[in-house]
Amino acid sequence: MANKYKSGFRIREYLVFAVITVFTMLLCICIGSVNIPLCETADVLLRLLRGAAQEEGSMAASIILPVRLPRVLCVAFVGASLSVGGAAMQGLLKNPLADGSTLGVSSGASLGAILAIAFGITLPGVPFAGTMVMAVLFAFLSLLLILALAYRLDSSLSTNTIILIGVIFSMFVSSLSNLVITFAGEKVKTITFWTMGSLQGSSYANAAVMGVTLAVCGLILLGCATELNAFAVGEENARTIGINVRRMKLTVLICISILIGVSVSIGGSIAFVGLVTPHILRRITGPNHRRLLPASVFGGAVFLMLSDLAARTILRPRELPLGVVTSLIGSVVFVTIFFQMRKGKL
Amino acid sequence: MLEVRHLSVKYGNKVIVDDVSFSVEAGQWLMIIGPNGAGKTTIVSAVSQGAPYQGEILFEGKNIRRYKSRELAKKIGVLTQNHYVGYGFTVEEVIRLGRYAYTKSFLSGRDDDGEGKVKRAILRTGMEPYLHQSVLTLSGGELQRTFLAQLFAQDPKLLMLDEPTNHLDLVYQKQVFALVKSWIAETHGAVVSVVHDLSLAKRYGTHGILMNHGKIAAAGTVAEVTAPEQLNWVYSMDVYGWMREMYGQWS
Repeated sequence: MANKYKSGFRIREYLVFAVITVFTMLLCICIGSVNIPLCETADVLLRLLRGAAQEEGSMAASIILPVRLPRVLCVAFVGASLSVGGAAMQGLLKNPLADGSTLGVSSGASLGAILAIAFGITLPGVPFAGTMVMAVLFAFLSLLLILALAYRLDSSLSTNTIILIGVIFSMFVSSLSNLVITFAGEKVKTITFWTMGSLQGSSYANAAVMGVTLAVCGLILLGCATELNAFAVGEENARTIGINVRRMKLTVLICISILIGVSVSIGGSIAFVGLVTPHILRRITGPNHRRLLPASVFGGAVFLMLSDLAARTILRPRELPLGVVTSLIGSVVFVTIFFQMRKGKL
Repeated sequence: MLEVRHLSVKYGNKVIVDDVSFSVEAGQWLMIIGPNGAGKTTIVSAVSQGAPYQGEILFEGKNIRRYKSRELAKKIGVLTQNHYVGYGFTVEEVIRLGRYAYTKSFLSGRDDDGEGKVKRAILRTGMEPYLHQSVLTLSGGELQRTFLAQLFAQDPKLLMLDEPTNHLDLVYQKQVFALVKSWIAETHGAVVSVVHDLSLAKRYGTHGILMNHGKIAAAGTVAEVTAPEQLNWVYSMDVYGWMREMYGQWS
């Protein structure tokens, strides 16, 4: 037995993940409708970091700074948020298929955001806060509703029950959303945006809000890593080893709702990100959340940046909705996980 | 140590446990016996705060509702019946969770005498060869011993065991009961266990309660509780005759 037992993420692992993330980010900034050579990209970014003026009339700077950089940052933060939220949810519910999209939480958040826009609910002074607050609120209410229903039907909260309820709830809420959009007309972004998601045209403000949300909620979740481990082993076991089960559930659910709600209000509902990355990463880090959660932050960012790159470039100059790409990958992974669970390999 | 007063548990209109009172002192091993559906497991759930109940449960004179989750876990440890683990945690990770109550409340700080406790729990249960194995690859008995090791690492004063050997073959049954017995002798703790096997109850218990339809049919020392007239009435069969017939085959 190892004398000093360490279950956390090691510095070296953080470095490896960070390097991969930064590399992906550079790649995504370089490639697009117009490809920009790496050295020019690096030059623009270095000038930005040093606070120096950009070269006069530089085409690279005029593409990267107002368009590509905010978008890539936003994609990275949204990916990280959805992924870390998904990993936490899968631990809490002991269910590897749980995710904002499979449980219908994203659809719930979309409805909140759509209502906010359609009825002009805003917070004075802050431009997109109304949408965001409504999305977070609806994400949380959706989670509570789905879990309450699931507990009623099947107190052991088996995987299938909860997913089934999630799917039905998702369909119900989506139809409500579509109803609102039909009547709201031009005010609300298209149906595609709220069901497929897209991060086209993200601003620095979007990225900043998502980044701060990720930092706060991500750190809180990381602080709950041991408790999440216990829940992943079993809720009853979590209680008997001394975890305040109610309080912990509430904390984690609130963090997840905020992460999903803010992501949805910025990028619409981008499905399956929280399902795919933790599933892949668990094979590298194991199920221990002290390793899985930090890995998910990086992994989610990388996964969504690459998906967004694919969405932008596959049918150039046409752009696919980002959610189409993630859903294509996600549904395949979903089926894979389901098969493995049936065979008892997970 | 543990005192249960007028405990009742209802699910909807159905009364599962009906006005049950008993107490356990240090060094005792209380066996809860009785037929299926008598409310035995529900008593364990109520004491471990896993089921809503009426009545009072006191530990060392203090109502257990007033303990913080962590403090209660240092006093009472519970081994439940079902251990389905969802993910491939290693045996060591699961055992170490037993030390949760001793870590600081945020970002799990250091737990000074934890290492020794974990090590002893592992040695006691013989789980050392399995430490780095995934719990998904364990047999029912190995999984049961993993959670027993977690319980020993948790180092409570009172163990609540719900059918501790129902997945185990004879060898491990004997091992687990012997382990728990030596744990009582060593720590001067107390044990409450739900047991189906009346022979095991007689062999290892010091005290007992016999449950029938949610009520206590008999309470006292194990010898008193397992007297023929009570057992035959509660199980509605000639228990002693059956046991003699079964075990007589081996003489």
